Amino acid sequence: MSEFLQHLVNMLVLGGTYALLGIGLTLIFGIMNVVNFTHGVLYTFGAYIMFIVVQQLGLNFFLALPVAVLAGWLLGAAIELTLLRPLRGSDIDTTMLVMIGAWIAMQSGALWIWGGVAKSVTTPFPEAPLVLGPVSVSWLRLFVLAAAALLILVTYLLINRTSLGRAMRATFQDHDTAALMGVNVDMIYTSTFAIGSSLAAAAGALLGPVYVIFPQMGDLAAVKAFAIVILGGLGNITGAVIGGFILALAEELGAGYVSSGYRDAMGFLIIIAVLIFKPTGLFARAERVG
Amino acid sequence: MRAIITILLVAALASVPLWLRDPYLLNALITTGIFVIGAMSLNLLLGFTGQLSLGHIAFFGIGAYVSALTSLGFDVGLPGDLRLVHAPWPPIAGFVLAILVAGLCGCFVGLLSFRVRGAYFVIVTISFAEVVRLVALNWVELTQGPLALTNIPSIALPLPGFGEMTLRTKMHNYYLVLVVALIAYLLIARLVHSHFGRAMRGLMENETLAVSVGIDVTRTLTIAAVISAAIAGAAGSLYAHYIRIIDPEVFAFINTVTMVIMVISGGKGSLAGPVVGGLIFGLLPVALRPVMAPEAQWIAYGGVLMAILFVLPRGIVPSLAQRFSRRRSNAPALAPVALTETGAKEPA
Repeated sequence: MSEFLQHLVNMLVLGGTYALLGIGLTLIFGIMNVVNFTHGVLYTFGAYIMFIVVQQLGLNFFLALPVAVLAGWLLGAAIELTLLRPLRGSDIDTTMLVMIGAWIAMQSGALWIWGGVAKSVTTPFPEAPLVLGPVSVSWLRLFVLAAAALLILVTYLLINRTSLGRAMRATFQDHDTAALMGVNVDMIYTSTFAIGSSLAAAAGALLGPVYVIFPQMGDLAAVKAFAIVILGGLGNITGAVIGGFILALAEELGAGYVSSGYRDAMGFLIIIAVLIFKPTGLFARAERVG
Repeated sequence: MRAIITILLVAALASVPLWLRDPYLLNALITTGIFVIGAMSLNLLLGFTGQLSLGHIAFFGIGAYVSALTSLGFDVGLPGDLRLVHAPWPPIAGFVLAILVAGLCGCFVGLLSFRVRGAYFVIVTISFAEVVRLVALNWVELTQGPLALTNIPSIALPLPGFGEMTLRTKMHNYYLVLVVALIAYLLIARLVHSHFGRAMRGLMENETLAVSVGIDVTRTLTIAAVISAAIAGAAGSLYAHYIRIIDPEVFAFINTVTMVIMVISGGKGSLAGPVVGGLIFGLLPVALRPVMAPEAQWIAYGGVLMAILFVLPRGIVPSLAQRFSRRRSNAPALAPVALTETGAKEPA
């Protein structure tokens, strides 16, 4: 039983960052209809920003997170403006392949700049974990959960309480009508991609110090993000949050009770199962077949 | 005219080992040839049915593992104290089994994943490939996991009256790959120009219309997936017996991307497209190797992929064919050119 409780605690910590990844991708996928293969690279990028700010510049750990968010925002906006805007109107396969090209180029760029050796980040938190009865959790992971929860809340308010968010939701529903109503759809697309990218970078900056940082770390993160989006339904932020926690739970239970080698298979199995048995996602309204 | 060009091209390809003495280049040509076969099989799905399968390397890898395990033998425990023991068979049996098993997997994956279209189809196919990779990595008893299957025997051809001929040298393997590639090319060409091929292209252009004239969409797509997977399995088997060592990295997503790049750059929906694109991208690393660090090569790879999609979105062969036929305006444009144009659109 205590083992199960420990899995639940781990699930909460992982689920928060997975939710961040998922929200970022579901916004991009839902609003722009772009299968964003650079999402994982942005995750890696955020982690390396953390490494640069903390290890190489020697600045404060807590300062590094906003820097990573900002850097992710800028890189996302740059990708959107240079690659996606010229391809507006081309079919989904073409943009998908261009994003794959960008992913390969950027990941190899990271490998070129920082090398393949895994990097770690020293954190200001005490080594000893917080012990609560049968479960223990490290202070770093608690901070990760709190920061993720804060970012999710901010994103939720941004989408639901601001005029930018209203324009984004209108574009998601019908971009032609939104454009007729005076929404600058191009600007919305750039903002969406930038916000989604900054969330991926934030997730990387948060999980980077928990694990280690290496150029290919984003590949699995991207797949997990796709699994979360498919679970939660396209463009559905609440769905992405719930999907993030479901995936984290599946991974924890899979690693704990099946085999740790298959931890990363959970995301793929969820994708296959959901698309075969309930292709609209668990919480979606939108039609996706055809 | 076209027949003469074709014969000359094949003769030129067949003559390569006679004058090319550099083993490194010959090796690059053999592995490129194997990937060209994979790209041709991918083109059958991507170019002629319009389905972008990004899990294609799964069938290649399954073919490689099936062929390797058939010729090496294995002894694995199954649930319930059962043991599955297999004594080594000749590699040629592995080649045949690789084709059959990969085709069977293509049937299974096709039946499951053709329920969804567009981006979701792409993601399902990626997921299948990754699950297969994780199984290959974790089922150590069968696959040796990351330790790799080693000492895979070379393919031996039974020659009636002469015993066996083991294809051990690069020259042998070059001709083996060339022959399999030609068979695959002719098979795909025949298929595409058959009644079935018209059904495939019909549903690529307009699925709703295809259904209304009585084309069974799932059946057509699944048959295409089976043939495509079987050819990819054959390529994987050739790879296993040529390289003679297989590890789960064969399933790496980048290998699928390589095939996709070959098809897209050469021209999807054109028979010669994957061959042209395959030769360019298979040999590009050879050309770049002296001038660039490996990481920089991959950056260039990604950059070239993006550049092709921006500059020549329909691929090299269709663009050239169109230019050629425009110059001789009495000749009609090649059919696949028009098809890729309309086929690129998603049904609303």
